[in-house]
Amino acid sequence: MDQEGNKRKNIKEVKVGALCQLCHCRKAVMKRPKNLQKLCKECFFYIFETEIHLTIQKENLFYKGETIAIGASGGKDSTVLASIMKTLNERYNYGLNLVLLSVDEGIVGYRDDSLATVKRNQLQYNMPLEIVSYKDLYNWTMDEIVSCTNVKSSCTYCGVLRRQALDRGALKLDIHHVVTGHNADDMAETVLMNLLRGDTARIENSVNVTTNSTGSPVKRSKPFKYTYQKEIVLYAHYKKLDYFSTECTYAPEAFRGTARVLLKNLESVRPSCIIDIIHSGEHFKLKSRKERIVKNKKLQKTTKNPESQNEMEIRPDGSVSISASKDGNRCERCGYLSMNKICKACILLEGLEANRPKLTIDGITSNTDGAAKLSKTLEKLSF
Amino acid sequence: MVVVKVEFLGGLDQTFGGIKNTKCILDQQQLQNDITIANLIDYLASNLITNEKDLEMFIQDGTIRPGILVLINDTDWELEDKEDYILEDGDLVSFTSTLHGG
Repeated sequence: MDQEGNKRKNIKEVKVGALCQLCHCRKAVMKRPKNLQKLCKECFFYIFETEIHLTIQKENLFYKGETIAIGASGGKDSTVLASIMKTLNERYNYGLNLVLLSVDEGIVGYRDDSLATVKRNQLQYNMPLEIVSYKDLYNWTMDEIVSCTNVKSSCTYCGVLRRQALDRGALKLDIHHVVTGHNADDMAETVLMNLLRGDTARIENSVNVTTNSTGSPVKRSKPFKYTYQKEIVLYAHYKKLDYFSTECTYAPEAFRGTARVLLKNLESVRPSCIIDIIHSGEHFKLKSRKERIVKNKKLQKTTKNPESQNEMEIRPDGSVSISASKDGNRCERCGYLSMNKICKACILLEGLEANRPKLTIDGITSNTDGAAKLSKTLEKLSF
Repeated sequence: MVVVKVEFLGGLDQTFGGIKNTKCILDQQQLQNDITIANLIDYLASNLITNEKDLEMFIQDGTIRPGILVLINDTDWELEDKEDYILEDGDLVSFTSTLHGG
């Protein structure tokens, strides 16, 4: 003991209680939030990877030879996702072609840095990378959008636009399946958020591992549905994965933040609550669609102007009133799948166009980063 | 006196003025007790956080904010008596935020 005590700490004698509960031979380094099991690094890697493999198998997420786009932001979730997909694809012979797909929202000091991470991942994992930008798709960068609206609604715009951007990017590559790094914490957060907002219609679908709206050419899956954020961070840390971890410049004021704080506080009291909330969400069943539509029609009669509500009511998350609409409609303007005549993105963009800064500055083209913000600020100046 | 290495990861460095790695010398002659993680946290909160507003990004209800992972020599502090862990020379304590963007 004397001799060992002089050596580095982690070689010193380990109590039986501190051993890994699976292999019983190495020192445990982490405690699984799901079941409080203490595991060593090696067993943790094994369990973590195997659980995701089992989710993929159980849900039949992929077929052999399928080309999959990995929605990659450079953050921890998508970096671990890319690494895991590569590992599992090789280990279990999925036979998948993996491609990284990134969206450049145009947020200076955030996305440009995180895209650099994605570019490194491209080399590390030896996968092709495709980047689609808001600027190319919509002629707006997020910086410009925020300068024309306010920071609070930035996530609404960004979320709606990103969803389309990922689909369009995938279609450009002729890929019909996108996997994203949404984890169990995100899922639970969404359930909580929809509950707090009273948006019951969304709870049911928000917990699905795969979302495939009728008529949508691109399927989306979340292999990390049951994977805790804490374990993802630990996995990235122990595997020394290269990820980018700066909070988005506009994020702290978003509503999701509130639900996240609530969830983290709940988790610290009872770690299993995240899985429990997902479980509750999965068992949340609304009455059949027919009954709801009848109820909606009654509601509509009491509304003065149902037509305008149909098209224009936008909820804080960017969702649009779904009353009396059918799945599989197309947006009249851009042809994107939409519940209504005009899709959310087009409605949002229309509002933005009306708000474009009226002032232009000589020598600054609209391509310059932050130009809209600058001109908007100058507009308000008075001497 | 104890010298430990401290890391701020997962975006937490922003709370600490961009510091990612640092060495902390904890000297508590007035206290006869061993130096624990709780002492280290107090030290970090009062010496390294310059902006009062950033404090709540690190501390909540007198302890580490939920969602921040504390690792002592790469082992989750939940397995090491949490705040009561007695620091030794050369220990590496890392604080990782799990809250920052996915």
